[in-house]
Amino acid sequence: MKDVNLKVRIAGVDFQNPVFTCSGTYGMGQEYGELIDLSKLGAVTTKGIADVAWEGNPAPRIWETPSGMLNCIGLQGTGVEVFCQRDLPFLREAGCGVIVNVCGHTNEEYLRVVDRLAEEEGIDLLEINISCPNVKAGGLSLGTDPKLVEEITKECKAHAGQPVMMKLTPNVTDIKEIARAAEAGGADAISLINTLTGMAIDIERQTFRLSNRTGGLSGPAIRPIAVRLVYEAAHAVQIPVVGMGGIASAEDAIEFMLAGARAVSIGSANFWDPQVTLDVIDGIRDYLVRHGIDDVNDLVGAVH
Amino acid sequence: MKRKELGEILTQRELAPGIFSMELKVSFADQVRAGQFVSLFSKDRSRLLPRPISVCETDAENGTIRLVYRTAGAGTTEFSQMAEGEKLAVFGPLGNGFPTRKALGKKVLLVGGGIGIPPMVSCARELELVGELNPEYRTRMTFAVGYRSFETYLLDELEDLAPTFVSTDDGSLGTKGTVLDAIREQKIEADLVFACGPMPMLRGIKEYAKEKGIPCYISMEERMACGIGVCLGCVCKTQEVDDHSKVKNTRICKDGPVFDAEEVDLS
Ligand SMILES: Cc1cc2nc3c(=O)[nH]c(=O)nc-3n(C[C@H](O)[C@H](O)[C@H](O)COP(=O)(O)OP(=O)(O)OC[C@H]3O[C@@H](n4cnc5c(N)ncnc54)[C@H](O)[C@@H]3O)c2cc1C
Ligand SMILES: Cc1cc2nc3c(=O)[nH]c(=O)nc-3n(C[C@H](O)[C@H](O)[C@H](O)COP(=O)(O)O)c2cc1C
Ligand code: FES
Repeated sequence: MKDVNLKVRIAGVDFQNPVFTCSGTYGMGQEYGELIDLSKLGAVTTKGIADVAWEGNPAPRIWETPSGMLNCIGLQGTGVEVFCQRDLPFLREAGCGVIVNVCGHTNEEYLRVVDRLAEEEGIDLLEINISCPNVKAGGLSLGTDPKLVEEITKECKAHAGQPVMMKLTPNVTDIKEIARAAEAGGADAISLINTLTGMAIDIERQTFRLSNRTGGLSGPAIRPIAVRLVYEAAHAVQIPVVGMGGIASAEDAIEFMLAGARAVSIGSANFWDPQVTLDVIDGIRDYLVRHGIDDVNDLVGAVH
Repeated sequence: MKRKELGEILTQRELAPGIFSMELKVSFADQVRAGQFVSLFSKDRSRLLPRPISVCETDAENGTIRLVYRTAGAGTTEFSQMAEGEKLAVFGPLGNGFPTRKALGKKVLLVGGGIGIPPMVSCARELELVGELNPEYRTRMTFAVGYRSFETYLLDELEDLAPTFVSTDDGSLGTKGTVLDAIREQKIEADLVFACGPMPMLRGIKEYAKEKGIPCYISMEERMACGIGVCLGCVCKTQEVDDHSKVKNTRICKDGPVFDAEEVDLS
């Protein structure tokens, strides 16, 4: 069988293949490491890391929807110090790329995390989650205002010890404008989509299904929206795009790459198929061979 | 080692209206401990999340597990309609299980409410097995189980294992009321309590054990997505800061489902 190239370069970093995991769906890698060989992945993306421990929302935090799920975890986490001391050493040895996802309520909180991570070896990329509720945005997500996006990107870039990828929220009117704002702020890459805000109501008890009332929708249900947003964002900027949202097979992943993603991340699908990432890598390779394409990079944005 | 695989349905029968017992052939049967659970998955790709079900019995020699479940919604209804010989996606064993070692040689009260009864069978079998192998560790077991009505399930099997006290919501069998009413009425003595059932029952049992000054371990439920501790979807509140999460939250799927009742906040 002819050898095909799966290697991709994002923000100056080489990844052995374009298949990553999504933040918040893979913990810090350890648990899935008991089920699959992490060293075969392009990269693992960590759960969102804040400057201090965050409690998150009360239960119930999960609700199943047709071909998808709502969650309102609320970014529960241990804080950056525990991450650096307890979880990062494992990831460094895992043999795959390491992307650290960063969250905060204020610009200062983001920067404290970025500063602390700058001291650490073995992090390939920072992914800045700008979907969280932000004080400056009046409790709304920072990621909905192009001015605030450009500003936080600039500040993160000024502090970061690693390349910076801004993770965009889909809950906006015009993703192109937000993508351009991230690029103008100096982002090395962008990733999208984060979850779409949704709601479910228990009609018998006449109450909300989730403690937080709203939650983030993920899974195959959101895939067509994600493909469209990746396409639009990829055409609005020059920097590389990492695509995600409902990917559950190699076919799905290829769709995102053809729409303009240089790499893809798999999230919720891990929950019902722990092997999915490895199957997607194999499936992409098979597709390339079948189509006589020798470099996966040739897929990127090929449909336009 | 946890595994996701296709398990073959060896038997499937209805024990009582809406309550089914299913035996599955799986590769990991010999690793299942009492109180652990498995995730079952629907064939319908619109229902993607796991259905967590406790293991009721294991047969390590034959490589089978037995699940007893209630048809609560679309997923469990689908499982109940599957025939012997069909294959079902199953992921397990998951969770920590009951600390049965703490019960050895003691008087243990096994409390089950409704569909919380099945894991108490696995508990009793595990304790019995250890007692048979090491007579000095023989455990004296008593069951207290609560049903909705006289349409019971697993009751013969419980009675074969140990003295069993029954309550029913409608009073059609045993003590009328909750399982706690039966425990108080019968003045059951115990050094230790293991319990699984609905939240109001767990609160009552926690209170009871505290009153008697005895340790109590309870099995909890929450909606799950990953089942292995990565998504933080299935948390319950803890009294103290949890060692893993560094906040007052613990993961039911990974650090539970069984907890020392004193460590979790059931309010
Ligand atoms: C650790 C654990 C052990 C369990 N053991 C048993 C058992 O031995 N026998 C038994 O009959 N039931 C058990 N349950 C409850 C069982 O998981 C639910 O009844 C089942 O998931 C319902 O699925 P459904 O598709 O029929 O219902 P639906 O209501 O249609 O399910 C929709 C979604 O909600 C979830 N869900 C619904 N009810 C529950 C619940 N009570 N707990 C957690 N998730 C829920 C489902 O998994 C699914 O993702 C257990 C739950 C947990 C957490
Ligand atoms: C349970 C859960 C937790 C998540 N936590 C985070 C997080 O901490 N930070 C973040 O940027 N995105 C988080 N996400 C969003 C995912 O990273 C991803 O963008 C989204 O789920 C779409 O991908 P999917 O459909 O493949 O899951 C979370 C998603 C889920 C389902
Ligand atoms: S279900 Fe994901 S942490 Fe428990």
